[in-house]
Order: sequence, then structure tokens, then C-alpha cells
Amino acid sequence: MEILRMYNIHFNAGNFAMYNVDFSVNQGDYFILLGPSGAGKTLILELIAGFFQPTKGDIYLQNKNITKVPIQEREVGLLFQDFAIFPHMSVFDNIAYPVRKKISNKVKLNEIVSQMARELEIEHLLKRNPATLSGGEQQRVALARTLMIKPTVLLLDEPLAALDVQLRSGTRSLLRHLNQKGQTILHVTHDYEEAAILGQRIAVVENNTIAQCGTYDEIFHHPRSSFIANFIGIRNFFKGRLLTNKAGSKQLEVNGVIINILTDHPDGNGYAVIRSEDIFLSSEPVESSATNILRGVITSIEPARLGFEIGINAGIPLIASISKGSVEKLGLENGKEIWAGFKSTAVRFVSE
Amino acid sequence: MNSTKTFYLVFSLLGGLILLFIIGPLVGMVFSTSPVQLFEAVGEAEVRNSIWLTLWVSMAATMVFAIAAVPFSWLLARKNFRFKQLVLGIIDLPVVIPHSAAGIAVLGFISRESAVGKMASSIGIDLVGNPAGIALAMAFVSIPFLINAARDGFATVPEKLEKAALNMGASRFRVFMSISLPLAWRSVVSGFIMMFARGMSEFGAVVIVAYHPMIAPVIIYERFSSFGLNYARPVAVLFLAVCLVFFIFLRLITNRIGTYGNSQNV
Repeated sequence: MEILRMYNIHFNAGNFAMYNVDFSVNQGDYFILLGPSGAGKTLILELIAGFFQPTKGDIYLQNKNITKVPIQEREVGLLFQDFAIFPHMSVFDNIAYPVRKKISNKVKLNEIVSQMARELEIEHLLKRNPATLSGGEQQRVALARTLMIKPTVLLLDEPLAALDVQLRSGTRSLLRHLNQKGQTILHVTHDYEEAAILGQRIAVVENNTIAQCGTYDEIFHHPRSSFIANFIGIRNFFKGRLLTNKAGSKQLEVNGVIINILTDHPDGNGYAVIRSEDIFLSSEPVESSATNILRGVITSIEPARLGFEIGINAGIPLIASISKGSVEKLGLENGKEIWAGFKSTAVRFVSE
Repeated sequence: MNSTKTFYLVFSLLGGLILLFIIGPLVGMVFSTSPVQLFEAVGEAEVRNSIWLTLWVSMAATMVFAIAAVPFSWLLARKNFRFKQLVLGIIDLPVVIPHSAAGIAVLGFISRESAVGKMASSIGIDLVGNPAGIALAMAFVSIPFLINAARDGFATVPEKLEKAALNMGASRFRVFMSISLPLAWRSVVSGFIMMFARGMSEFGAVVIVAYHPMIAPVIIYERFSSFGLNYARPVAVLFLAVCLVFFIFLRLITNRIGTYGNSQNV
């Protein structure tokens, strides 16, 4: 069911303009707006929140036209990139702010705030002054505060950008958990990995409009924008399970295929990213420093911006970027048996 | 001696002269007043009444006008509109015009012949020669101090915090009371003190609107013109002391508030 619809939105503020912004978010979606910085992603969130009025076009929330509805009546919760914590209030008062006028009973209010804090694992911070919190803690406080309004759509502005790498996976799983509980999320990011890991549906924002909108497969395997096409490495993106073998080295199991990997991540589910430039092909197994040598069959040969992209079925679908010269030298053609090799250091692991 | 040292020395000396110029006459005045004279002044009901009148009328004027001036300051800090520069110029006008002229203007505004004066007399109040008239004269010359300080304060409150509060469903008024005002509180209170102090010290505008009842600056002038310097001085010293005590007291309170007051349960 469609819950949010941006219908042919145009915006013009003199020095910045967006045109024909058109997409819709379904109930329960984890929807990603992906694009380079300065593309206008945050502006789209601010239009939905009502901080700015579109020059043209309409915004529908639950089939109601909210284009002219005042900010405070929209029921879309926006998590600001820098959290916008109220510095003169305790953590408790920050989280209680959205409901304080609705719930006059102090005991009830305490209960509701504590419950939300417990859910986001910040109950121990309730009495603290926000200035004493770390970035990650501040974000959870801001998120708790936003969730108090039970937003129809939760708008997230680069929620992972301000966090340390260690904190990111915690926040990622928190957001995914919220979404699994039914919260519709619209998440803005410039990070394709974030988009690929979290997004059920993705809209690419580029050149002041929506360049492409669709599922992960549609976006990354048939990119219609140069921003995405530049991330050709993302073509090799697998969900798998990180294991430690008997020899003590790390391996990633993807669909029964074992990939050797160098990482200090603890074992668990996650994603592997291999840039297509890092995969080399040979007509027979060769001795090299590469610890991953997979036997496969060529499934496609596509000319790319630079050279060729070769699709290989090696138990997992791989894409390798190689030069025109190499294609000719190896005599590559569809159905030919081939060996694909890559170093264990070429595999990037991103935990779930 | 190197040139940097000379440079700083000369500038410091110039600064010292300025400080001396401010402190000198005041200290001189205090030292030429004997404790006996001062006690005599305190003993006079007329003097005590005039100082009390000055304090409460200026405080009342500041409080009443703050109700309109503080929201107006927020508007000036947040919104751009056509003729904004003109509006800002109008607000600063009372600072630059001669205060006797301001007094004449206010008197014309509230005299029995004016619309305001007629309205007031219809409910039995004669604004001329009345504390209400004095309050208006004081407010006229001191309101820019409150508006400008409060406006600077609101301008430093990140607009994002107000937007965040609106996004959470708070009404515009609640956002103003719970976010904008507490975060600008220090500047607002500072402006409040400046307006109060400026109103208290006003002579020119008030003396034209109301010679009686006499506020402290008027009684000082009256003593001087009727009896001379020696009779005016003790009253001046007393009033100066009261002003200083109030000023320091209010400053201390503001500093205690800190940048972000206590948690506001609103």
C-alpha cells in the first residue's frame, strides 16, 4: 500500500532547483534516497517535513494531500543529521517533548518515556545533560524523541555518516529492526554500501531530479545514472556468513561457495564486496598470490565504459572488468570455462 | 624599547585615561559627600519616595513593554520582510533623537487633547503627571535596548531546533516558549536589565511629561537648580548607589542562569 507519494515536485530557490521529483514509498518499506552530496536529498526530506514549500507538485501522505499542511500537523518524524537535541533539556525531557502536552499524567509519561528509552538501550541516560553524551548516544536520544510521535514515515538524514565505524553496524541493525517491526523508513545517504545493505527500494538522486527508482537489482545491475555506474565494484555484492576455519583464518560462505578473506570482524552474517576490477580471469588455474581461484562459465560479455564486463557463473555470479585486449587474448566467449581469481585482501566485509 | 611594547603602552595609557574619565567624576562625587549628608538624604521621605518611584515605574514599564517587545524581537531575528531595514531604523530612532524632543513627542501623544489621552481620561486617568505617563516616557527612550539584545539572542538560537520541535508536533507558540525563549534567555534578560537601567536613568523625556511626581533624576536636577551643587550631590550619590546595587544584583542573577537554564518542563 502506498503511504507517501511525491507527485511531480518542483522546487526553485534561486540558487538551487529540483525538478520532476516523483516517487512513492509503500507501507513498511525501507526506502533509500541515494545520491552524491549536494544533490538535494536533504531538501527532499525537508519538503516532506514541510520546512519548505514545493514550487509545483503535490505531496500525499496516506492518500491525503499534505502539500499545504503546516509542519506540526504532518506526522512525519525527521531525524536530523546533527540530531538537533534540545541542549537546555535533560535526555528525559528531550524524549518526552513530543508527548508532554498530550499526556498529563506524570506516571504514565514516565512509563512511556522509559519504555522507549529501554527499547533503544538508553534508559541509563535519561537523567543526563545531552552535552555529556557521545555522538552515538545523542543519535539514539534523537531517534527515541522522533519515534515518540509514532511517525507515519520516519525520515533519516544520513544517520550513519556522523558515527564511528564501530557504531555503524549497531545503528544499522537497530534501523533494520525498527523497519521489521513495521516502521516505514525513508533514509537519505550518499553511501552505496548503506543503500545496498539496508534498502528494499532505492531512488537515485542526481542532477536535481530522481535519476532512477527501483529495487537493489534494478539499480545496481542496470544503472541508469553515472553516479551508480561509477560504483561498478558494487556489481559483486554478496550476502554471506563469516566463519573462522580450523587453521584460524577467516572465510566467507556464500551460497555454498567459500571465499577467503582478510578481516578482523567477528564471525557472523554480513556482506562481501569485490570490485570488478580486482577480479582477473585465466583459461586455466594458475599459481599466484590470489587465494581465491573459482572455476566458472562465462554467461555474458558486455562492452563497458572502459573495456568489457564479463559475467561468470562460479556458483556465485561474478562480474570482472577486463580490457579489450585481454578478451581477445583469452578468446572469451559465452559458455567458455574460465578461472576467476582475486586476492583475499580484495574482498571487503561489511557486517550486518 | 621595541616598537611593539611602545605600541601597547600608548594604547593602554589611552585606555587608562578613558577609564579615569568615567571613574574620576563619580568617585569625586562620592568623596565630596559626607556620611552625615548621605544619611540626611536617606532620611528625607521626598528623596526615598522619588527613588522608589523611579525603580518601580521603570520596572513596570520594562515588564509591560517586554510582553510585546520580546515576541517582536524573535520575528526580527527570524524573518526577512520588505522594509525590514526601515523597521530596524525606526527601532533605533529613540537612541539618536534628543531626549527632550522625545519627551515633547510623548507628551503630545498622551496629552488630554490626543486620542490616547481622551481614552485614558474617559476611564478617569490623566496620563500627564502620572506614573503611567512617566512609564511611557521611560519606555520610549529605553525600548531599543531590549529589542536589540533580545533580537541578537534569538538570532543565535539554531533555527533547526525550532524546526525539530515543530516536526514533533509542537505548536508555534509552544516552540517559542519552550525552545526559542529559554535558549535566548540570557540575552533577553540582559536586554531587560539594560532597558530597566536606561529607563531608570532617564531625565530629559520624563521631565517634560511629568515634573511631578518627581523621579530621582528630576529631584536631583530640582535640588541643583534651587539650592546648588552641595544639595544635589547627596541625592545623586544615593541614587547612584541604588542603581549600582540593582545592576550588580541583576547581573549576578543572569550569570547564575548560565547559557542554558535549568531543564524547562514545558
